[in-house]
Amino acid sequence: MIVKEELTTPPPASEERFPVGPANVGASGVPAETFVLNLGPQHPATHGVLRVKMTMDGEYIVRAEPVCGYIHRMQEKMGENRTYAQYLPNTSRIDYLSAMTYTHAFVGAVERAAKIQPPPRAEYIRVITSELNRISSHLVWWGAFLLDLGGFTPLLYAFDDREKILDLLESITGARLTYCYYRVGGLCNDVDDAFLKGTREFVAQMRPRLKMYKALVTDNIILRKRLIDIGPISAELCRKYGATGPVIRGSGVGYDVRKAEPYSAYPEFDFEIPTFKEGDSMARYLVRMEEIVQSLRIIEQALDKLPAGPVMADKVPRVLKLPAGDYCYSVEAARGRFMVRIVSDNREIPYRVKLRTPCLSNLSLFEEASKGMLLADALAVMGSLDLVIPDIDR
Amino acid sequence: MQNLSDHLAQGWHFVQSLWPEPLRLILFVAGIVAFVGANAAYLVWVERKGAGRFQRRPGPNEVGPAGLLQPVVDGLKLMSKQLIVPAGVDRVLFRGAPLLVMAPVLMSLAVVPFSASLAARNINVGLLMVFAFGSINVMAVMLGGWASRNKYAVISSARMVSQNVAYEIPMLLVVITMVMLTGTMNLNEIVQQQAGWFWHWNLFDWKHNPLAPVTFLIFYICMLAETNRAPFDMAEAESELVAGAYTEYAGMGFGVFFMAEYANILLGCSLATVLFLGGWQSPFGVLSGLVWFLAKMYFLIFTVVWIRWTFPRTQFYGLLNLSWKILIPVSLFTLVLSSALMKLLP
Repeated sequence: MIVKEELTTPPPASEERFPVGPANVGASGVPAETFVLNLGPQHPATHGVLRVKMTMDGEYIVRAEPVCGYIHRMQEKMGENRTYAQYLPNTSRIDYLSAMTYTHAFVGAVERAAKIQPPPRAEYIRVITSELNRISSHLVWWGAFLLDLGGFTPLLYAFDDREKILDLLESITGARLTYCYYRVGGLCNDVDDAFLKGTREFVAQMRPRLKMYKALVTDNIILRKRLIDIGPISAELCRKYGATGPVIRGSGVGYDVRKAEPYSAYPEFDFEIPTFKEGDSMARYLVRMEEIVQSLRIIEQALDKLPAGPVMADKVPRVLKLPAGDYCYSVEAARGRFMVRIVSDNREIPYRVKLRTPCLSNLSLFEEASKGMLLADALAVMGSLDLVIPDIDR
Repeated sequence: MQNLSDHLAQGWHFVQSLWPEPLRLILFVAGIVAFVGANAAYLVWVERKGAGRFQRRPGPNEVGPAGLLQPVVDGLKLMSKQLIVPAGVDRVLFRGAPLLVMAPVLMSLAVVPFSASLAARNINVGLLMVFAFGSINVMAVMLGGWASRNKYAVISSARMVSQNVAYEIPMLLVVITMVMLTGTMNLNEIVQQQAGWFWHWNLFDWKHNPLAPVTFLIFYICMLAETNRAPFDMAEAESELVAGAYTEYAGMGFGVFFMAEYANILLGCSLATVLFLGGWQSPFGVLSGLVWFLAKMYFLIFTVVWIRWTFPRTQFYGLLNLSWKILIPVSLFTLVLSSALMKLLP
């Protein structure tokens, strides 16, 4: 798409193609001289191999065009020549920061197709581990976002807390980042008492830490000036591009898959969907900080109500052969709605696997949202979208 | 033997009588270069160690005891790297900018009195000289960025110039206030006027400048902005502009810019010490000397490091707004206030 555009006449910086704001028009009404700033694919602000082709007028952005595909790994195509069990670890590599929720979606889709009901204990442990994973993902985002804003220290505080989650998850899954803990029909092994005790301790430790984060970072005047009223994204814009997760919740739409299409054991817990109507970077920031609080609440309830019993459903066939059909399963990942769609033609391998990843949609609105913005503000907005590049490119 | 040492002493006196002032100056220049070099190297260590402590990690601790040899190996690494001059750059400006950025700082330090007798040059317009040379530094970084033929570097240069224009004005207004209060531009005399207990320091000069702490704060903020330190490190904003004006510099070319940054902090903190904190004067009126100067200067440098690792970066228009809408009016007000008070309360 990009190549084609460059081969034909290069798009002029004319009003009809780029509705330019006052920033781009000189005193005489003539568009000022612009230049192209190539941000990425290797750039500290993009946190990965994302390239943003920016047409700039001084420090104002006339157009920021994201160019994806630098880390495309054919995840969907790979699904077409692997059995369901073989493809499962792939799903944890799509968004490496919230691997639990991603494997959950795939496992859920297969379970839905094969009509397997995992035991309640497995569902509860899935919720606990998914929410722990969400917290660790938000902590990484928090640190990296502050890094985008020029504050280096919060990153290491966030990693300090995240380390505890990684240790906990490592003790039950064996992995620290790309977990493959869920299985079709349940979990690969049960949690032990040390994990449950450690999780309770973590919840108790995390709450005062959040207070400290608020005092240290959220209430900082420099941070507030950089985030409040910067980069407003309207609910319409979110809907137009299919943005989900904290981005749309920061724009006043309380859409969360956990409530909208309840799955797993989520209906059994009492939690809120933090929503802020301002739509600026601060709203997205606060949504994520509040989500950590809600995740802690869910974990606490799940630990209290954790039922006994097996963690694997009976009679899960060794070789899964899904009946012909079209199956979907959505989860609320840390960055928004992740959906797996499996089209089966009654073979051991799927006919087609479609992954609906949140970051691609969340990135898509950046071009429209960043128009006329200052470079530094636009990068703050990009940071507030919480992009994971392998998730965009799949 | 006696004879020989006599001869040597006579020879030394002879050389001194022939060439006393140039020799003294050469010694001082060498001393300042060594002082700045050692400080730049070890302030990097302090910065990294401090950052480590603020971030709950040990910081450099592998090379030498407590990582003390880290600056040495860092320097060796930088020096052993190839000096890459990218294609299409203005070679003269590109290579000249690192020299141009370092030289004015060394010149300015020549007038800074480290103690009553330890100053390379005791000239009457010392303060003027420091600020005259201070502007060259900005120009040098701008030239380096501009000559690099890199868009990030050019944006950074433009930011740096507008930032420095904005912050030079309140800084000079503050300095004019201080010159008016002290009646001299000789740094040595400014320090001598602050002799005695610490309430004689200009920072506590309630009588003529009731807003003296505010004046000091403005000077300090301007110094942070002038030296491109966080939270005003817009020009070097690594998350936006990669490395700003230094993006294309490799090896020691970058190293010299880095050293100049620390040398500028050193100079800024020395000036703040001289103007507001009584220079080498002891806070108790006795035992004044070099130690006090260094203690005050390094304390200020520590606060600079502390701020860098605590706050996020400001936004560019926020930075300019702070200067034009707050710092300049306030410093103008203190200027008018202290001139009025000097007339009323002689």
